[in-house]
Amino acid sequence: MRTTLLATVVVAVLNVNSVFAASDIELLKQQLGVLKSNYEQRIVALEKRLEQAENKAVQASDKVQVVENKMVQQEKKVASFSTKSNFNPDISLILDGRFASFDNEADDYELPGFALGGEAGLGEEGFSLGHTELVMSATIDNLFFGKATIVLDDHDGEIELELEEAYIQTLGLGHGVTVKAGRFASNLGYLNEQHEHAWDFADAPLIYRGLFGNRLYDDGVQISYVAPTDLFIEVGAEAFRGSRFPAGGEQADVGAWTAYANVGGDIGIEHSWQMGVGHWRADDIEDRTSGGHSHGGGADEIPSFAGDSHINAFDVVYKWAPNGNPKNRNFKFQFEYFEREEDGVVALLNSAPLEETSYDGDQSGWYAQGVYQFKPQWRMGVRYDELDSSNSGSDFDVLGEAGLDNEGHTPKRFSAMLEWVPSEFSRIRLQYNHDESYEDTGDQLFIQYTHSLGSHGAHAF
Amino acid sequence: MLISLVKRSVIALGIGLLSLPAYSEVRVFACEPEWASLTQALGGEHVSIYTATSNEQNPHYIQARPSLIAKARRADLLVCTGAELEIGWLPLLIRKSGNPAIQVGQKGHFLATDTMTLLGKPAVLDRSLGDIHAAGNPHVHLDPERLLTVAERVTQTLVSIDVANSEDYQRNLAVFSEEWKEKMVAWRSLASPLRGQSIVVHHDNWLYLQQWLGLNKLAALEPKPGVPPTSSHLSGLVSQVKQTDVYGIVYANYQDKKAADWLSDKTGVATLALDFSPASGERLVQWYERLINQLVQLNH
Repeated sequence: MRTTLLATVVVAVLNVNSVFAASDIELLKQQLGVLKSNYEQRIVALEKRLEQAENKAVQASDKVQVVENKMVQQEKKVASFSTKSNFNPDISLILDGRFASFDNEADDYELPGFALGGEAGLGEEGFSLGHTELVMSATIDNLFFGKATIVLDDHDGEIELELEEAYIQTLGLGHGVTVKAGRFASNLGYLNEQHEHAWDFADAPLIYRGLFGNRLYDDGVQISYVAPTDLFIEVGAEAFRGSRFPAGGEQADVGAWTAYANVGGDIGIEHSWQMGVGHWRADDIEDRTSGGHSHGGGADEIPSFAGDSHINAFDVVYKWAPNGNPKNRNFKFQFEYFEREEDGVVALLNSAPLEETSYDGDQSGWYAQGVYQFKPQWRMGVRYDELDSSNSGSDFDVLGEAGLDNEGHTPKRFSAMLEWVPSEFSRIRLQYNHDESYEDTGDQLFIQYTHSLGSHGAHAF
Repeated sequence: MLISLVKRSVIALGIGLLSLPAYSEVRVFACEPEWASLTQALGGEHVSIYTATSNEQNPHYIQARPSLIAKARRADLLVCTGAELEIGWLPLLIRKSGNPAIQVGQKGHFLATDTMTLLGKPAVLDRSLGDIHAAGNPHVHLDPERLLTVAERVTQTLVSIDVANSEDYQRNLAVFSEEWKEKMVAWRSLASPLRGQSIVVHHDNWLYLQQWLGLNKLAALEPKPGVPPTSSHLSGLVSQVKQTDVYGIVYANYQDKKAADWLSDKTGVATLALDFSPASGERLVQWYERLINQLVQLNH
């Protein structure tokens, strides 16, 4: 019964459909068309909404970033100001090694007219280590900075430990004043304050070798003042113990002191310069021993000076960098002149009877050098040294044995070097010297590496 | 009568002592031109600014010249990037200046990257990876968002140094921020075609710009940060660049253009030299707009 009824209804509907078929197709077509355009509109609308959503997402991510930044700022408000590693001192280790070849025996080296002391000399031939330096520095607190440099040096197979620097320095004392105390390199001259690893040549200028035994450093205090002017003007003074070469003797109070002044500035953006004058004096030197003239006289006879000594210094440095940007190319010229006057007595220790002479010393010397970084990582440079001396005394033979007779010779040296500097932490250098330090002219060749491990602080101008 | 006069003078004196001295001018030592430009906008007439570097100098490699020490000696406020960008020269200037105002930890010692998360913080610290910054990429001035927060902090610092003019500083900040935010919207739509594009850079110093504009860094011309481009590294880049659709080779004006030109020659990809910082006297807004315009118009 139920099936019959359903069948009837279906048939009826089908009949009705077939009756209206023709006009209905048209209608359907129209409706489809309407639907189609509807959907197209909707798709466009949807696309628009999608785009808007995307934009909002981008904006939202930006906002999230801003919020994140702000959150981090909140967290970090109390964070340390320092960018240096947390409380640890900056530690660096300088590795320096070389291969050296000399025409003449290194032991025969002398500078006629100059009594050599300190580290003066050619160093070792063949493979050897130079200065291995361990440097530690840090701000101690808000008022002080401290630094120590320990040098390990190999002398005839024995490792010598030397404390080259150990000082504290005030930070922002005010009015441009800075005080330094401890052991430090004197501000006399330009090169003296720089560590050997920062030098542009493998060896010291002859005048540094002749007067200071490479470098002048001592225990004492330094006070310096920078003037509140656009032109850099710095004046300072140092008081030293005065027991080290080129001073000497047990000093109860100040044994040596210096005064210096530096001025400097820029010319345009590509050129900068600095000029300095300085004076060093020690008025009560006792028993300043030095290496004597190796031939003549007993090997045990050691020259010893007592008296006063004054040094005047002048230096000028000029640097050029295209557009003030030294990274790829730059040039540096430096010139230094020193003169020393000494008055006293020179004795030859271990001579019997004691050989002695009055001594009136007059020594001077200068060097000029230019270094050009012609492309990134490559530098080349030339240097010329010249010394002069005129010493007099009551016994010229004794002066001669003390190395203070200039033998009618003007010490000179010409040097040229080429450096490969892969990064600010490493350097390999080839250097050639044509050396006329004494009458036996000789050539010298150095191949040297100077690398630094660990943090490496800023270098002075 | 006398007592009241004394009272009055004491009060007057007290007020005189309490009211902070108004600086005639806050002397600012800005390490880079972007901070000079920003501090000028925020400090207005109350600041006089010395800019230690120009946009033709690489701020990583500046020497501690005597002239810079002389300027640091007289500065009331130091505005620098930090994050080891100036590590080769700034610590020395501060130490030699004998100037208490700009010492580390003082309010006159302002580093933009302090109290800010930095991108590109290396996971491994080893010098064999080149000249990397332990704290992260320091060049935050290329990120407009971060620049806004730096602006707020510079204003706080100016206010703390020179309270008397704090209203002016706050007003300057409002003006600056409003314009900057408007510009950010404009720049974002202007730079929308750049989103997703790949670029080759000379050195990894565009990180914040890439991130903000949605640019991909395909490669750097330097084999390692701070190491000059080598021919072997550049030849390796040629095929990589040819396989990818690269939008441009971007370098800063102070960088050597030889490597970029060489790669451009081999691959046909255009080079673009950008000023890494504003020019002298240029406003930050002008400079940043210039960067984006140059980028957008590169291949048109």
